Amino acid sequence: MSETKEPLFSKKNKKLISDPLNLNNPVTIQVLGICSALAVTVQMDNAIVMSIAVLFVLVAGNLIVSLMRNMIPTKIKIIVQLVIVAALVIIVDQVLKAFVYDVSKNLSVFVGLIITNCIIMGRLEAFALGNKPWASILDGVGNGLGYGLILVVVAFFKELFGSGSLLGFKVFGDSVAQTGLYSIGYEDNGLMLLPPSSLILVALYIWIQKKKTPSLIDENAS
Amino acid sequence: MSINKEGNGYTLLFAIIMVVVVGGLLAYISSSLKPMQQANVKNEKMQNILQAIGLEEIKELQDSGLLTREKAGEIFNDYITERIILNYDGEIVAGSRKTNLDSISEKDPTDAFNVDVRKYYNNLTKIEKKYEEGSEEFKNALTEKGITYPLFVCEKDGQKYYVTYFSGKGLWDDIWGYISFKEDGRTINGSVFDHKGETPGLGSKIKTKVFNDDFLGKVITDDNNEYRPIKVIKPGKVRNDYQVQGISGATFTAIGDGNNMGVQRMMERSLVVYQKYFSSVKSTSIKTPVISDTLSMDTLQMVIDSTAVLAIK
Repeated sequence: MSETKEPLFSKKNKKLISDPLNLNNPVTIQVLGICSALAVTVQMDNAIVMSIAVLFVLVAGNLIVSLMRNMIPTKIKIIVQLVIVAALVIIVDQVLKAFVYDVSKNLSVFVGLIITNCIIMGRLEAFALGNKPWASILDGVGNGLGYGLILVVVAFFKELFGSGSLLGFKVFGDSVAQTGLYSIGYEDNGLMLLPPSSLILVALYIWIQKKKTPSLIDENAS
Repeated sequence: MSINKEGNGYTLLFAIIMVVVVGGLLAYISSSLKPMQQANVKNEKMQNILQAIGLEEIKELQDSGLLTREKAGEIFNDYITERIILNYDGEIVAGSRKTNLDSISEKDPTDAFNVDVRKYYNNLTKIEKKYEEGSEEFKNALTEKGITYPLFVCEKDGQKYYVTYFSGKGLWDDIWGYISFKEDGRTINGSVFDHKGETPGLGSKIKTKVFNDDFLGKVITDDNNEYRPIKVIKPGKVRNDYQVQGISGATFTAIGDGNNMGVQRMMERSLVVYQKYFSSVKSTSIKTPVISDTLSMDTLQMVIDSTAVLAIK
């Protein structure tokens, strides 16, 4: 039996990357991975590195599970997925500690917590177990980018209004020396440094997202 | 012959092979990366100690981005001329005095550089709970558990600085710090704080320049040479010589919970020991001769033949 080989970037495959960015965003639509969206978004540089780490684990995890999908016994499939994710995260952690030591210190415990990120287990189970390797890679890339998009947007506002900086660069002036905006009485918003602000910002994002794409609004929801 | 993928035999075999492969792979990666990781940690400690001293030339290196971990490893012995280990009474532990001519051997427990203050935090708090601080049983328990206080001495351009090193608990995990003192053994000349898992953007701010700069010039003894612990107070308030500014939104990390948590408690329990050593050094050192103060144009009244008449207040 011969299968028609689908071109690498066919319409269906392109959708695998574009869907999770908006229509099927893992954080705002599938509501997965909220935990790290709360915790790692106080500074933009941490959010960016976290997104890259999750992207790597997601793509590698999806690929490995997809390659093995016909071999994994059904009885232990969740355990096998967990072992694969845990091994990948440990590798990421060890590599960060060896080659980019300062970054790993910034992220500290949150790298290990990638194992608990629902998005990864969710995609392995929902997609990689039943799809071909290339499609699984694309699905991993799409969901990783969708996750990263939310993290960076939330971190952008939290760092800007919580610390008055973007990627470490002071934007409103120096709060200690009372220059720039601070000289007229402006102060950094402390709530922006805490987890509840992430929930508020994600909720606002979902609101704007659904307004712009009416098809996402659940007609049955009261 | 077709393999029954859902059978117990296959499942068991799969699980065994997977565990062996993953375990072997992780062990291999971990052991091959270990030397790099350890070098990072060692050089970072040297970097922190050098930064804590508070010397202008090191600040310049830092500001121009030249004080990398590798560079710190290279110049460490140019600045830290002596490494000693103290016990709770502030006395030097026998055999622990090392100079910069002695290289740092990693397995040497008598080298102050190898004292891992973070490792014995749990034992220390248990001992603090059980015995009265400063009692004989307390001190014996500390010795028994090998709890000591490393001190790094820097001598540059005729000036001496002492770099202390201690650890404690933040809100989530370990915190630690290096504070350097001037030769008088009471004035803070520099500090470096670090943490393992404090909240990014909140507790992690103990690493920032803003938090550390507030320590400069603060003192740990009052005018009667009695120890006075440094207090961390809520930010925005006026501070005296014994107080530093905390961090907004990071009360537990900086100020603490009134129990064992926080920078304030960490400093309080450790600096009392170092101050004992500093005061013992001061009392044994010979004071600069009074002559240079006395023999000046201000005190000279008249000169008769070869006799100078001085009026000393």
